[in-house]
Amino acid sequence: MKGAEKGGVKLLLAPAIIFVLLLFLYPFAYGLFLSLTTEDGGFTLSNYAKFFGNARDFRTIWVTLQISVPVTFINVALAIPFAYYMRRGLKGERILTFFLIVPITLGTVLVSEGMLTFMGPNGWLNQLLLFLHIVKEPFRFTHNYLGVVLSLALQGFPYAFLMLLGYVSGINPDLEKASQMLGANRWQTFWRVLFPLMVPGIAIAFSLNFVMAFSVFPSAVLLGEPSGPTRVISIAAYQQAFEKFNFNAASAISMIMAAIELIVISLILMWRSRMYKGASIVGKG
Amino acid sequence: MKDFKTISVRHMTKRFGDKTAVSDFSLEFGKGEFVTFLGPSGCGKSTALNCVTGLIPITSGEIWIDDECIDNADHQIPPEKREFGMVFQNYALFPHLSVAENVAFGLKLRKLKKAEVAKRVDDALRLVHLEGYAHKFPAQMSGGEQQRVAIARCVVLEPRLLLLDEPLSNLDAKLRIELRYELKALHERLKVTTIYVTHDQTEALALSDRIVVLRSGKIQQVGSPTKIYSDPANMFVADFMGFRNRWPAKIESIEEKGPTLVAKFSAAGSTLEAHLAYPADDPRRVSLLAAHKAGAAVTTAIRPEDLALGDGASNHIRCTAEIVEYQGNASQVGAVAGAGVRVDFRSGTSVAEGEALSVSVPPDKILLFAAEDQDSGAGVGP
Repeated sequence: MKGAEKGGVKLLLAPAIIFVLLLFLYPFAYGLFLSLTTEDGGFTLSNYAKFFGNARDFRTIWVTLQISVPVTFINVALAIPFAYYMRRGLKGERILTFFLIVPITLGTVLVSEGMLTFMGPNGWLNQLLLFLHIVKEPFRFTHNYLGVVLSLALQGFPYAFLMLLGYVSGINPDLEKASQMLGANRWQTFWRVLFPLMVPGIAIAFSLNFVMAFSVFPSAVLLGEPSGPTRVISIAAYQQAFEKFNFNAASAISMIMAAIELIVISLILMWRSRMYKGASIVGKG
Repeated sequence: MKDFKTISVRHMTKRFGDKTAVSDFSLEFGKGEFVTFLGPSGCGKSTALNCVTGLIPITSGEIWIDDECIDNADHQIPPEKREFGMVFQNYALFPHLSVAENVAFGLKLRKLKKAEVAKRVDDALRLVHLEGYAHKFPAQMSGGEQQRVAIARCVVLEPRLLLLDEPLSNLDAKLRIELRYELKALHERLKVTTIYVTHDQTEALALSDRIVVLRSGKIQQVGSPTKIYSDPANMFVADFMGFRNRWPAKIESIEEKGPTLVAKFSAAGSTLEAHLAYPADDPRRVSLLAAHKAGAAVTTAIRPEDLALGDGASNHIRCTAEIVEYQGNASQVGAVAGAGVRVDFRSGTSVAEGEALSVSVPPDKILLFAAEDQDSGAGVGP
């Protein structure tokens, strides 16, 4: 009876496994295959060699890291105090959460369009800054590095925040009381108890935010300077695929993207295991 | 550790919105005393404890340590500066720190030298019989072991006051008794002033120098375990301490024989006599006499173990056994007497369900309470 139940439970996993196989593993394997072949189907490493040999393409790694790493740090660093202050719930928490989720639901393109208008040379933001005499002429928020960073922060912060909020509010509140009773002030309690317990959540939030920022495309095109300073690696891949119709070279660039993301995630997970040795997240026996 | 003579809580009150969780709570703790807050869940005992620590700010009242005011509702010394130690029901060990690091947590905050920290951690772990556990993590230990770490983590700092909030409630019955013995031995040894919160009367009786019975945020009675056990101040305390036979009664005559009240009354279908050791100024005596004068109904309070099967010298009650629970050395019998009242008693000899019985109770084992005593303290939320 029990065995049959177990078998039944395993069967329930089947749709999810098929879904992952079809929509993730198959395209990934096919992409890897494409990247290692010529257009006629023969094995080659030239697709990779071409990317690393072309200075304009090779640069995009550095350009993308310059955007994605600071954005990820900003998002996570901002999310930590927000999550900390909201861990026991606040008045108006729902409204705040609503405003944080809106940018996610609207989608990148709509948010970027909105930012172009709002932050553009004639937008409300510059009008206000001019009116208050903070700037003498319109400040360039868009069509540059700053524009991409701002848009990624707007999109990525809610993810980081919601993820960390789940983590912090799951920490047994008695741990904070215990720390306080042992003589720790708020600051010491945060750094010695809450932060170490948040590390796994911070690592996940950082990883996901980094992957999202590293694969940036629409914001880099709409809010940046896609021909130069914000020509990110996904633009290079796009141009290979849909301007030069070289899917093999485009696949190679995608594989390089994946490799860089995996390296960064491994670094984060190494940091996590150094920081967090305990076996369980909750303080209950 | 700063030395002191008494900790004095004066008129401490805590309100949450329009609910009063702790009401006009006043008590003095002598140095080295073991005091237990006892009461059912929601009686305010944990809130009172948290108010003393400062973790829950008080609404009004004062807390003094000798002539130092640590809390007067406006000016509160924060919990981390009170030098109190607290043990939680769910242990609250830091899961990311080893046992040794947990115990060292407070010592490191006090910026002690490394060698001193190591020595004191070792001593504290030996005290709770956890030598060799220093490098384990909380998740690898049983509940009883974790609670010992939590105790070590507090006593290593030599707190002025140790507060334990239902520390044994999450443990199974056997461990609970073991750790209870250890707590007692630890207190004998360290003589640290202790406040202990529990809903378990056995724990309270076994551990305490004094017990404070709480109901709806109000103190019902303060006294030694023997006092609380044998001489409850009102019906609520009596009920909580196991006086399970509460029968409606009508007093027929009452006579004052020196300090003793001799009351003849009818209850459970019989005419019974009670000898009540209520002193002259006792509110129980005053309200009982008033109830008799007004012809009002009163209530008995008798322990099941004070009722004996068979014809005793006096106070016979005829009843029919309804439920018999075998409990090893004796049986717990639930019987029905005249007027439909339920009679609970313990019997060493076997009793059949449905059997007609006669039980008796000595007159000095009966307590009588006027109705108003049952209601004292009511009217406030949990």
